[in-house]
Amino acid sequence: MFKIVQREEMAQGTIVLNEIEAPRIAAKAKPGQFVILQANETGERIPLTMADVDTEKGTITIIYMIVGKSTSLFGSMAVGQEYYAVIGPLGKATHLEKKGKVVCVGGGTGIAVLHPITRGLKEVGNEVITILGSRNKDLLIMEEKMAKVSDTLHICTDDGSQGHHGFVTDVLKDVLEKEDIGLVVAIGPVPMMKFVSMITKEKNVETLVSLNPIMVDGTGMCGGCRVSVGGETKFACVDGPEFDGHNVDYDELSKRLQAYQTEEKISMDACQCK
Amino acid sequence: MAEKKVKKEKTPRVKMPEQAPDVRNRNFEEVPLGLTPEMAQMEAARCLQCKKPACVEGCPVSVNIPGFIRKIVDGDFAGATATLWEKNALPAVCGRVCPQEIQCEGRCIVGKKGEPVAIGYLERFAADYARKSGNVALPAVAEKTGKKVAVVGSGPSGLTVAGDLILKGHDVTIFEAFHKTGGVLVYGIPEFRLPKDIVGSEVATLEQLGVKIETNNVVGTTVTVDELLEEGYDAVYVGVGAGLPRFMNLPGENLIGVFSANEYLTRTNLMKAYLFPKYDTPVAKGKNVVILGAGNVAMDSARTAMRLGAESVKVVYRRSREEMPARAEELHHAEEEGIEFVLLTNPVQFFGDESGRLTGMECLKMELGEPDASGRRRPLPIEGSEYKMDCDLVVVSVGAKANPLLTNATPEIGLNQWGNIIADPATGKTTKKGVWAGGDIVTGMATVILAMGAGREAADSIHNYLTLGW
Ligand SMILES: Cc1cc2nc3c(=O)[nH]c(=O)nc-3n(C[C@H](O)[C@H](O)[C@H](O)COP(=O)(O)OP(=O)(O)OC[C@H]3O[C@@H](n4cnc5c(N)ncnc54)[C@H](O)[C@@H]3O)c2cc1C
Ligand SMILES: Cc1cc2nc3c(=O)[nH]c(=O)nc-3n(C[C@H](O)[C@H](O)[C@H](O)COP(=O)(O)OP(=O)(O)OC[C@H]3O[C@@H](n4cnc5c(N)ncnc54)[C@H](O)[C@@H]3O)c2cc1C
Ligand code: SF4
Ligand code: SF4
Ligand code: FES
Repeated sequence: MFKIVQREEMAQGTIVLNEIEAPRIAAKAKPGQFVILQANETGERIPLTMADVDTEKGTITIIYMIVGKSTSLFGSMAVGQEYYAVIGPLGKATHLEKKGKVVCVGGGTGIAVLHPITRGLKEVGNEVITILGSRNKDLLIMEEKMAKVSDTLHICTDDGSQGHHGFVTDVLKDVLEKEDIGLVVAIGPVPMMKFVSMITKEKNVETLVSLNPIMVDGTGMCGGCRVSVGGETKFACVDGPEFDGHNVDYDELSKRLQAYQTEEKISMDACQCK
Repeated sequence: MAEKKVKKEKTPRVKMPEQAPDVRNRNFEEVPLGLTPEMAQMEAARCLQCKKPACVEGCPVSVNIPGFIRKIVDGDFAGATATLWEKNALPAVCGRVCPQEIQCEGRCIVGKKGEPVAIGYLERFAADYARKSGNVALPAVAEKTGKKVAVVGSGPSGLTVAGDLILKGHDVTIFEAFHKTGGVLVYGIPEFRLPKDIVGSEVATLEQLGVKIETNNVVGTTVTVDELLEEGYDAVYVGVGAGLPRFMNLPGENLIGVFSANEYLTRTNLMKAYLFPKYDTPVAKGKNVVILGAGNVAMDSARTAMRLGAESVKVVYRRSREEMPARAEELHHAEEEGIEFVLLTNPVQFFGDESGRLTGMECLKMELGEPDASGRRRPLPIEGSEYKMDCDLVVVSVGAKANPLLTNATPEIGLNQWGNIIADPATGKTTKKGVWAGGDIVTGMATVILAMGAGREAADSIHNYLTLGW
């Protein structure tokens, strides 16, 4: 079970794709949902969004950025090797609705998470404007795939090596000026989601973000993934991971993501998988 | 004869050999070391073999207590275990974790004048002896009936149902959300109180008997109860426990350093964070730790914090010593290990620094007023008694609620106002045909033995259904 049937590297090897056998999960997964994976018995439980599913083959696809011990370990696994555990589908599926014109904003591996949602929004009849950001041209992923499911595609790079020289928020402001937008979906680093939400709040445009707090079980039993939304505590794994971007306490989320900084360093330093 | 009786009364209750408090409070090995056969036989001889044994009435599953103790006296330890198994599939577990002082031992006649017979220790002794000797005869499995049962959740209640029904000839598959089986016995109760090998060997026995296990399957999302019925399962037992943490909704509760007991214990026990970085999952290590609550979960959290290297661990509880719900042995062990009890005190809010980490807590002193609905005296705040307590780790252990993941996906299963499944107390039948439930998901967090008792009744009812009809 949970055998890797395909593996690809992107963005100069900093991002890895795994297609994994998981028939029960593939049969049920919907856009926006995630799985929790464990590489081996001593491994940590790591949440990753499903970037794709193939119900016929019974496989799911994950795309992850290598940032620490567990993602390095995942990245070191070859085709034919098996994950020790894959659990899901977890979290609420994205509510896909016809809104007219929608904007999908993605950064980093957030683009992988955004892909099935964008496709879903297009399929229900929306006109989709997509804005993707990355530090430079070489780190940008899934440009072609995203182009296929978007009506318009904007690229932004921090260093200007491709597309607009600057942040996704610049282009977003522009689009919001010119077009009548019914929904913005923003998935990427916390600061990106925070600034997108600030802009859309001013314009009063409904905004969905996908939050990535530290998780353990992913089923609502530990409360480790709690986030504040509109002054209320929510468990991202069962109440989310998507929330109304205008109400999220991003600063609290950013801080909580730092909870295990010291341990993460120890873990990475002790790791043979670098 | 008279002489013999006098002698019996004089034998003092056996003392369980234990790791010394100042050694064990820094390791995760089991605290009580177990009785030797000689000690067990001495202790067993204290039992008066009552004709109408009160102890049995105190046991929720009516273990034949004088019966198994008699066998220990006779040196027939395997026979003692067989007697235990007639009513209790997990004696090695129950001997360790039952609140004996309010159950079997609380009723023991010898306890009226002196100390009760150490029924729990003896139960543990017999079961450990059987497991270690390895010559345990597997019980006979009845002829296959061709019926299929799905058991959701692998806690004590699910394991009991699986064990009973496989012996009755049905095909049984356990569906478990986690990657390991055992429920609270593996993710909640720490190694130093219940070694995980014991749970592992119980599960291995079930597998040898033919029970199939599907871990990593969250029923309600990976598959639903209805889908299981459609897939050809003739009956479904839901024993998913009380897996939803309660927080206190106080200001500052989302600071880094405030954890639910579920998270703290799951990281430590299930994910083995106490062995970090050999195991990848970390757990926060506090210097000044505060545990909120005073049940078994709170004691487990407190003693875990101490073992993870805390300088001080305080159990903060709003009522007084008498009301602390933990097992007597846990309170005693915790105190011996240097855990402080700060009673009649309630938290008001948490303070943190600019990076969002916990630095302290404001408390309020309480006094006891008139008895409340639970019959216990209600704690009332003393006005103006606020004070600050420094702490860098808080574990909230004030109870758990029903997790709605499974029931949300199957609305036909009726729930009470707290979200617990409504089940017939005698049979475990839910409001949905073909579905039974028992254990903490029905009662709210209770005890291992009650969860097992509910499992046994449901297994009988499921067997009747599969052979006779709903
Ligand atoms: C619902 C959800 C979906 C996600 N989807 C994706 C995805 O599709 N692609 C992707 O690249 N990343 C995704 N992430 C983030 C991913 O889980 C983390 O990058 C990963 O856990 C890092 O683990 P590590 O051991 O490699 O790094 P570490 O060195 O342990 O940590 C690096 C950072 O990752 C975060 N992190 C650590 N442990 C966890 C944990 N158990 N759960 C969540 N975050 C953690 C912390 O903020 C930490 O500072 C998602 C997170 C969530 C909650
Ligand atoms: C820390 C702690 C200490 C305790 N100490 C004691 C003690 O000393 N003595 C005592 O008698 N009792 C004690 N208890 C209480 C006792 O453990 C419980 O009452 C008992 O375990 C309940 O058994 P159960 O089978 O109903 O559920 P659980 O043991 O909770 O098992 C439920 C299982 O179902 C799984 N599950 C949940 N949802 C799903 C789903 N949707 N799909 C599939 N699987 C699912 C869970 O992962 C879990 O494995 C303690 C509890 C805790 C938390
Ligand atoms: S099962 Fe528990 S209550 Fe019953 S005899 Fe054994 S220890 Fe006592
Ligand atoms: S009540 Fe006490 S003395 Fe009597 S049978 Fe039970 S354990 Fe033995
Ligand atoms: S990850 Fe444990 S409750 Fe969400």
